[in-house]
Amino acid sequence: MTGERPSDESFEGLYARLEEVTNTLEGGQLTLEQSISLYEEGMRLAQRCQALLADVEQRIQVLRETYDNGFER
Amino acid sequence: MPPEVYPVSQVTRYLRELLEANRHLTEIWVAGEVSNLSLASSGHVYFTLKDARGALRCAFFRNRNVGQRDRLHEGASVVVYGSLSLYEQRGDLSFVVDFVQPEGTGALAAEFERRRARFEEEGLFAPERKRSLPRFPRRIGVVTSPTGAVFHDIRDVLGRRWPLADLVLQPAPVQGAGAAPAVADAIRAIARERDIDVLIVARGGGSAEDLWAFNEEPVVRAVFGSPVPVVSAVGHETDTTLADLVADVRAPTPSAAAELVAPDRGSVAHRVDTLQRHGELQVVRKLASVHEHLDVRWLRLRQTAPNAPALGHAVALHAERSTIAAARRLHDAASVLQQRTGRLTSLSPLATLGRGFAVVTRPDQSPVTSSTAVKDGDRLLVRWHDGVRPVRIEAVS
Repeated sequence: MTGERPSDESFEGLYARLEEVTNTLEGGQLTLEQSISLYEEGMRLAQRCQALLADVEQRIQVLRETYDNGFER
Repeated sequence: MPPEVYPVSQVTRYLRELLEANRHLTEIWVAGEVSNLSLASSGHVYFTLKDARGALRCAFFRNRNVGQRDRLHEGASVVVYGSLSLYEQRGDLSFVVDFVQPEGTGALAAEFERRRARFEEEGLFAPERKRSLPRFPRRIGVVTSPTGAVFHDIRDVLGRRWPLADLVLQPAPVQGAGAAPAVADAIRAIARERDIDVLIVARGGGSAEDLWAFNEEPVVRAVFGSPVPVVSAVGHETDTTLADLVADVRAPTPSAAAELVAPDRGSVAHRVDTLQRHGELQVVRKLASVHEHLDVRWLRLRQTAPNAPALGHAVALHAERSTIAAARRLHDAASVLQQRTGRLTSLSPLATLGRGFAVVTRPDQSPVTSSTAVKDGDRLLVRWHDGVRPVRIEAVS
């Protein structure tokens, strides 16, 4: 995957939310409906995480050297 | 014109200034043997450094000698770092010592130790300022040589373990004249200009001289000043540079640095899986507990609700009792009526016929007193209270 990666879809964000969802589910103070909707969200997050982990190619960027050219973007 | 006469203090001051401005006499390393060692009550240490042909008075003041006094004893061969000065009140030449190392340490090692002590004192290596690395880095910066195996190794490891992160290389010469300021510039540039969340400063193995740039103050300051955590990987595992000491995390090799900055996607995938199954389990548990609750409710409901068959029975019982009561009432009413109308009336066959009874006879008026006395096809007469009708027996199936 070399396309755009929206920041709100960062792995860190997805994973953190997945952990939060699981923790909340474990907390237990939920109605059945809340549990199920959280569970569904957790499923989506987990699938998204797995997709990110599965098919991604590293993007590599080489900046210009600073010591003789000066730093340029 | 008479010669100018100078006051002593003016001469001594001039001498001191002359000494302190001379770069051959300031911030130098001097080797010799310790003699006339004395520790003043003030905490200052005085000694003479000498060799076969020369001697130099040395002053090692308290604020500098803390932790280093035990490196000095009579007859010890040492190298000292410091600057020549003049004690003006007495006109004594004095070498003001900043740092002491045992002789034989080697110039580079001694200098390394001196700098390490200075930066340590300044708090640059303090454990409490070490930052932890991000769990899932998005952009990983690397400052290293664009040629050579180091970047290749890092890219290799990260491509396998954590390709989710972008890798940004800021090339810099890592050896030779100008390497230190170039590395320092590169660190500042990449950390400031790029949206990275962790930085690897790396160099492959080499001699102590090759790695020296990573002991230079500009590099140490740049690593210290980095706004993002720095992982250093300079030389082999046995080499320690000041950049390693000031970095937030020290890695033994560049590949190890790459492993430290990012998790392994395989194990993360496994963890995601575990979380997912955990969530599943929670929902299954929730459902089970809801079921259990429902069962309990249902049971209680059944216990408290009226039991339908029993109720039916009760209703039937009531109905029966009502019927019996009604029948009794009717019977009672009939007997009352009977008493009231008198015995005669009740005994009159006409009266009986009037209540809905009929008399069955044969055409010859002989009474038929039993159902077995007639057969199909018989012709009979039926007498009601108000008249007679001829009838015929006919079997109805």
